[in-house]
Formats: sequence, C-alpha cells, structure tokens
Amino acid sequence: MEKAFVQVRSATVRFAGDSGDGMQLAGTQFADIASQTGTVVRTLPDYPSEVRAPTGSLGGVSGFQISFGDEDVRTPGDSPFVLVAMNPAALKVNLPELQPGGIIIANEDEFTPENLAKAGYSSNPLSGSELSAFRLIPVAMTRMNEEAVSRHQLPHKEAVRCRNFFALGLTLWLYDQPLQPMLEWLMEKFRANPVLMAANGASVRAGHNFADTAELFRVQHAVARAELPRGLYRRVTGNEAAALGLITAARRAGRTLVYASYPITPASEILHELSKHKEFDVRTLQTEDEIAACVAAIGASFAGAIGATGTSGPGLSLKAEALGLAVMTELPLVCIDVQRAGPSTGMPTKTEQADLQMAVYGRHGESPLVVLAAATPADCFAMAFEAVRLAVTYMTPVILLSDSFLASSAEPWRVVSPDELPDLRSAQRPTQEEFAPYRRDPVTLSRPWVVPGTPEREHRIGGLEKADITGSVSYDAANHQRMVELRARKIEGIARDIPAAHVEGAQEGDLLVIGWGSTYGAIAAAVEEKVRAGRRVGHLHLRYLNPFPANLGSILSKYARILVPENNRGQLRSMIRDRYLVDAAGLSKVEGRPFRITEIEEGIESMLGGQSQ
Amino acid sequence: MKVQQAGSCTEDCPETALPVLTKQDFKSAQEIKWCPGCGGYGILSEVQGVLPRLGIPREKIVFVSGIGCSSRFPYYLDTYGFHGIHGRAPAIAMGVKCARPDLSVWVVTGDGDGLSIGTNHLIHCMRRNLDLNILLLNNQIYGLTKGQYSPTSEFGKKTKSSPLGSIEQPINPIAIALAANATFVARTITDDLKHMRMVLEAAARHKGTSFVEIRQDCRVFNDEALESFKDKTTRRESWMYLEHGTPIRFGNSGNKGIRVRGMEPEVVVLGENGVETEDLLVHDAHGSSIAQAMFVAELPQPEFPTALGIFRQVEKPTYEDMLVAQIDGAIARNGPGDLAKLLNAGTTWIVD
Repeated sequence: MEKAFVQVRSATVRFAGDSGDGMQLAGTQFADIASQTGTVVRTLPDYPSEVRAPTGSLGGVSGFQISFGDEDVRTPGDSPFVLVAMNPAALKVNLPELQPGGIIIANEDEFTPENLAKAGYSSNPLSGSELSAFRLIPVAMTRMNEEAVSRHQLPHKEAVRCRNFFALGLTLWLYDQPLQPMLEWLMEKFRANPVLMAANGASVRAGHNFADTAELFRVQHAVARAELPRGLYRRVTGNEAAALGLITAARRAGRTLVYASYPITPASEILHELSKHKEFDVRTLQTEDEIAACVAAIGASFAGAIGATGTSGPGLSLKAEALGLAVMTELPLVCIDVQRAGPSTGMPTKTEQADLQMAVYGRHGESPLVVLAAATPADCFAMAFEAVRLAVTYMTPVILLSDSFLASSAEPWRVVSPDELPDLRSAQRPTQEEFAPYRRDPVTLSRPWVVPGTPEREHRIGGLEKADITGSVSYDAANHQRMVELRARKIEGIARDIPAAHVEGAQEGDLLVIGWGSTYGAIAAAVEEKVRAGRRVGHLHLRYLNPFPANLGSILSKYARILVPENNRGQLRSMIRDRYLVDAAGLSKVEGRPFRITEIEEGIESMLGGQSQ
Repeated sequence: MKVQQAGSCTEDCPETALPVLTKQDFKSAQEIKWCPGCGGYGILSEVQGVLPRLGIPREKIVFVSGIGCSSRFPYYLDTYGFHGIHGRAPAIAMGVKCARPDLSVWVVTGDGDGLSIGTNHLIHCMRRNLDLNILLLNNQIYGLTKGQYSPTSEFGKKTKSSPLGSIEQPINPIAIALAANATFVARTITDDLKHMRMVLEAAARHKGTSFVEIRQDCRVFNDEALESFKDKTTRRESWMYLEHGTPIRFGNSGNKGIRVRGMEPEVVVLGENGVETEDLLVHDAHGSSIAQAMFVAELPQPEFPTALGIFRQVEKPTYEDMLVAQIDGAIARNGPGDLAKLLNAGTTWIVD
C-alpha cells in the first residue's frame, strides 16, 4: 500500500491511559528515541495525585505529553495533535485539549460497556459522530498485543501489561521513528529476564508492523530536526537537574552535601535523586518535619557542609522562622521551593508561581535573602549551582524557586563538563585581619565561615542580634540599626556579581514582556512569533529576583509598555511597580496549568491594541 | 592551658598527648545573665568540670540550644556554640553531627523548649540514636517569658496563665525518652552536684543519644520545686537513687524498698512483715526492653519517691555511624563519585 509523508516542524503527542497502563514509560521511551534522532524534545507528565485511583475512572487517568521538532519547540506543547487513548476515561479527560483535526488512536478493546460507564459515556464515542472533528483510528490493541506476545507464555496479567509498547510501536511508526533504540533499551532493561525482553520487543514490533500495513494509517509525519549547539546531550527533568546541580556545586566547593528534607509533592524527587548518589558523599536526611529539615541543613552548614533543603509551598511557610535564623547567623543555606498550587494544601500536583513574595518578603523582621528562579528544567542545574555559589560567597540563605511544571517536565540538556564550572573552593577570600565571627570581607560584606574543629577560633552564634564584628549578643540601638543595614547591603551588593539581564527580541520598542520561572518557554515562543510578525516586542526573563539585575531599571525605560505574565495574581508585577515606579500590567493564570503560547500571544495583542504593524 | 607531656597521663586525663584543659579553659568571657541563685550556675560549673575530663580538644566541642533560660548555656562556654530557635536544637544538632561525626555535640534545652514547642524533634533525635548529649533543664515553669505553667508543671499549678490552677496533666521527660528508645536516660538534680557530675560524665562517655533530665527550681517563678529535696527530713523519703544491679532503697533510715507483685508496686520496709533484701526490686539499666525502666519512671506519685540516676544505658549503632557506613559502602562499591560520569548518565546523544 502506498503511504504518504507529511513534513512538519514540530509535533505534539499525548499518551493517556489508566495509572497502571504504563503511559509514563511509553512516553519516556518515545522521548528518548525522538531525542536521539536529533529533534528537540520536551515532555510533561500528568498523573493523578492518588497513588492508585480506581481502574478506568476519570480520576485515574495518567498522561504523558511530548512535543518534539526543531529548535523552536519551547514548551511541551499547547495541545496534542495525536492522542493515544488506552480507555474511555483517557479519551474523555484528554479530548478537550486535542487540536481540531488531530488524530485519536483509541484502544477499542477497552471501550466496553463497563469502562464506558465508568467514564460517564452513555454511548460508545468510537461508533458515533461525536469524534467527527478528529481523525479516529480505533485499534484492537489489547487483542493484537495478546496475540503478539502469546508465544512467550507470559501470565495473562503480564501479557496485558505489554500493550503500552504496542501503542508505542504504532506511534513510532506514525512519526517515522526508528525501532532499534527501543529494542536496544529492552535488551539492557530486561537483561535478567529474557522472556519479558522478548515479549515487550514483540509488542513494540507488532504495533509498528500493524501501523505499517493497516489501511487505517495512511500518512506518516516527518518531523524537522533541530539545529542545536554541538555537544553531548541528555534529557533532564527540573528535579533531576536541581539534584545534579547541588551535587556538582558541593563537589566544586570541596565540601560534603547535606540535604535535609521532609517528603512533599512535588519536591520529593530531589530527595530521591540525591539519595542515589552516596559515593559523592551526599548525606540525605529525611527529617521528622519541614522545620527540622531546614534547621538541620543550617546545622550542617554551621559545621562546614553545603547545607540544603527542599520543599513546596506549605513547607516554605513552616521554614520561614528557620530561614530568618540563617539570615541572622549569616550561614550559607540553599532552600529549593518547588512551588505548587496553594494556598494551604491546594492542588499538590498542579503548578503555580505564587510563592514569589513569600520567598522575597515572607519572614518577620528585616530579613533579606537571595531569591533565584530557574527558567527551564535544565536551568535548574545551573541555578542550583548558582544558589550554592552565592550562598557560600555571601554567607546567606538562598531560596531557589522551581515549580511543579519544571520539576516534572523534561528537556534536552547539553551536558556541562564539570571543569567548565567555577571553582567554589575560593569563594571565601582569605583575610590577614584578626579573626572575629562578624568581621566582614570589605567587598562581599560576607562574614568568615569558620567551622567547629578549627582551633583557637571557638565562638558562639545564634538568633539574637549580634554586635558588629565581635558577634557578641547585643541589644544596642545603634548596633541594631547598623546590622540591619549591613545585612541588607550585603544582599543588595550581590547585584554586582550576577549577570546583567538581557532581552530576547526587540531591544527597545512598544512592549517588554517580563517573566520569571517556568513561563520561559511559552513567553519565548509567543514573543518570537510576534517579532516574526513585525511587532516591536522584547522578552526579559528574570532568573534573579532578589536582588534584581543591576540593569533592569534601564531596560524598562526602553519600552512604552510592560506586561508581566505570571501563574499568580501579579506578584512580580507589583515588585516591579514598587521598585521602578512603572505602570507594568499583569497577565494572570492560576488554573494549576502552565500558560499556553497562544494565551501569551493574546495577552501581547491586547496590550498592543490596534497598533499598526 | 598547658600541654600534657606524653605518658604522664593522670586520672583527670584519660587520653594522652593532648593539651590538658582545665575548667577555666571552658569559661567564656560572656557575662552570665541567669538570676542570682539559679540552678543553672551549678549545672554550668559541673559541665565545665566534666568537659576537661573527656580528653576532647575544645575546638571539637559544640553546644547547641534552643530558646529559654536554659538555652543561654552555649554563650557561657568557650567552645563552639549555636543558640538556635525555639525547640529546634535537636534538629540543628543532627545537622551538625551528620556533617561532622567527629565533633562532640551537646544539646541544652528546657522543659518548655524540649517538651512543648520542640517535643517532636527531641523524640525523633532520640529514636535515631545520634551520638549527642542532651541536657534538659527542667524547672517546671516558663522562666524567660516570666512565669507561665510548662508541660512539666504539676496539675493544679497556679501561675500567671493559670490563676485558678493548671488543668493539664504533666508530662514525664524520662518516660518520653524511654518511649523514644533513647539509649541513655538519666535524671539528676541541681542540689546534688556530686550525683550530677557522675551522671554528666556517664552521659558524655555514652555512645548514642544521652538524655539527662536535670531537675532545678526557678528562684523567681517556681521556688518550691525542689523543696522536698532541700529539706533533709523529706529528701530520702521523696527521692531515691538508682544504681544498676542494686536493690532500690530509700527512706530516712534507708530501710524502705519497692516490692512488685504482678505489675503492682508497693512500698515495703525491710524487716517488717518478713521483708528481706531479696524481695526488693533490683534496678536494671541494661535490659533489652524499656519495660522495667519505664515501670520505675512511672511509679505513681506522691506514693512513691522520684527516682534519680541512670534509668537506662544500652549500646546500639548510632545514626551517624550508619550514615557514614552507607557512604563508605557506596564508595567501596562504585568508587568515589565521578562528576563527569554522573552528569553523562542515562540516555545520551551527540549533536555534531
């Protein structure tokens, strides 16, 4: 049969099924293969917060979205073009997101009366006209998969579990992706279990062959390759990257990493990842609560380790007092806040950026600290490293903001060579002056990090106000004024030691779009689109939120208007208005989901109004 | 401070070739701000006396505290010190000890700090068996906030925040420590410094979490707390000393003991009704179960005296030793971490 090829610049595919259907694995494999064929791949899992929701229920649908193509692929995709639906619930949950004219590959075997009822369908959507706006490809996946694996004599339950690879085989064919990497992966993965290796291999081949021969599949899509800088690449999620960044920074500082944390969604993977790498002298402490995690990290730091902790919103609230202690004792500390939708328990698996002002301002007393935000999953590596660099150079706590979206989505990362990174052992400059716990470096205003075990330097620190230089307890009025100002100036001075902000797109003009954190991809794509359309729009993405880059004010003055899209009610917007007295407008989305590119484009258009191009 | 000649070790210095430290070496220049007559002075003095006997260089000793009168302790010692936030000292100390297991780490807390706002950390610290020495200064009142009842205040206690009497049952610090499976649990008292010295030194030498409740009064807000001990006529009736392997004896003539029938304790008098020494409860601090120590700790009061001494002393692996063993094991298996290998892990591909 003659089949056609369609060339596209990018494509978005979503695998969706029951929690137990192996959608995350199928999606990850697809992403790995597409990465190796030279496309940019960005992924986003979407799984239920329940550990095992009832089978076939709407609440139990697990999804994995992949967007891949040339270098303009900036996000895991606004909406999928292909939806692989393993059961009626998966179809129902994901259909509203599917592009008009998109492809539905449905496992028709699972569209049984019982499953249809669980998903709330009164009739089978595969047989009506309900899906006429899409190209529907019903496939008897369960049955064909069972036939494919039958000669491997797996127990029925295990045989059924292979069908995610059948679906994967279909989808790989659809995008003209090679099977070989998949088969190699299976050989490695199931080295100890040749039966499973063979059965899974048979499933993926069967899916691929079926698509190749069946009338239903008429068109293959060839996705454009990306132009990327040369180098060795891997895919990382934000949480993996943050963990790797901490390990790398601790090693470059020549110190032990102590990561103390209390399990919390969506930050726990950082603890899991770090727990795997004990040969790097990474000491992970699963503490009894969020407060203990923060103060244990402070204690470790007092003793000379790189003390770090990680959490999400509710935990950041609990750590507030301890962060103040780190400000007062002027000890290095990294606190990663993987934000999620709040307030209170909120929506633990959904993304939001509403902890910004909590991070910058949320402590009692005058309590300045450094706040950073990673822009993309891979950027979590660079910013975790930067958090450690600033913490040890300036003897200060640093909050690194990530979020649920960054934590779980993955993108290609050009692997850095550790030697390219700064040597953090020299972060503290030696001084000739006589030791005093609060005698500051004249440039950084940092106090010396002299740790227990150092002879003749015994000293006491704590949460009470310190006398300048000696560090003795002091309630002196003028001293308090001076110390409050010194702590503030120390943090403000960091603006001299961080990169200047730079604008992508128009360097001056009608509109500057300012973002921070995980909105990077959507804003970058939207602004590029508008620039291509001739709009005078620039995009500035802040990775340093306290202090701001020194040149931020001068950049603002080059644009007629300012738009700040955020997954909150305008927290950065009000900080910018407060600091620079500019009339920044906001674009707020708090649905627990990232911005779509089109939403940013619409925001830009409404700001530019009827202005001619 | 003078340097010890190698080989001339005296009883005061069990280790050799280390600088000999004296009590004076551990006194800091900070002015002590406890009220005149406070039991804290005696505790501080005994700690300063015990530290030089341990043979640990001064720079390797760290005192960590929380908030309250007791928690001013680190400022008065010329060691490394960390005055933390309310209730969190055990967790801070955990971080210190895990980063540097070679340090001698002490936690000083109080009945409010350790058993109210920070009970959680205290319990988890003890169950992990970190090698720390925890001193809980129990004066049964909030002193620094000026006189409210504490979690160890007796039922009915009239204070500024309970003018009609507290309606809360007190918590027993020893029972909490035993329930958390602390490997060293003891109680001592400021009015018996000799006993305190013995307990502190035993606690310091114990490997694992040592929990020491130190009973003291508060001259300003709870002056009567130790009245029954100060009064020579009631001291031996209301208090008893525990010694491992020895029958528990008390009373002004030392002729009283405790007999246990089934699970019921009773006070008996030697020689009366045919009671002999063999009938008395013998203290066992080394039992694998906490049961007997808990039995003694929870004897009903005031029918039975309050026990002083070491309730429990057993050996178990410490948290930090096991933490480091896992790291050493990983290094032995995988070699010391190679950053380039770590960063290049997983599925990788090359873009030319």
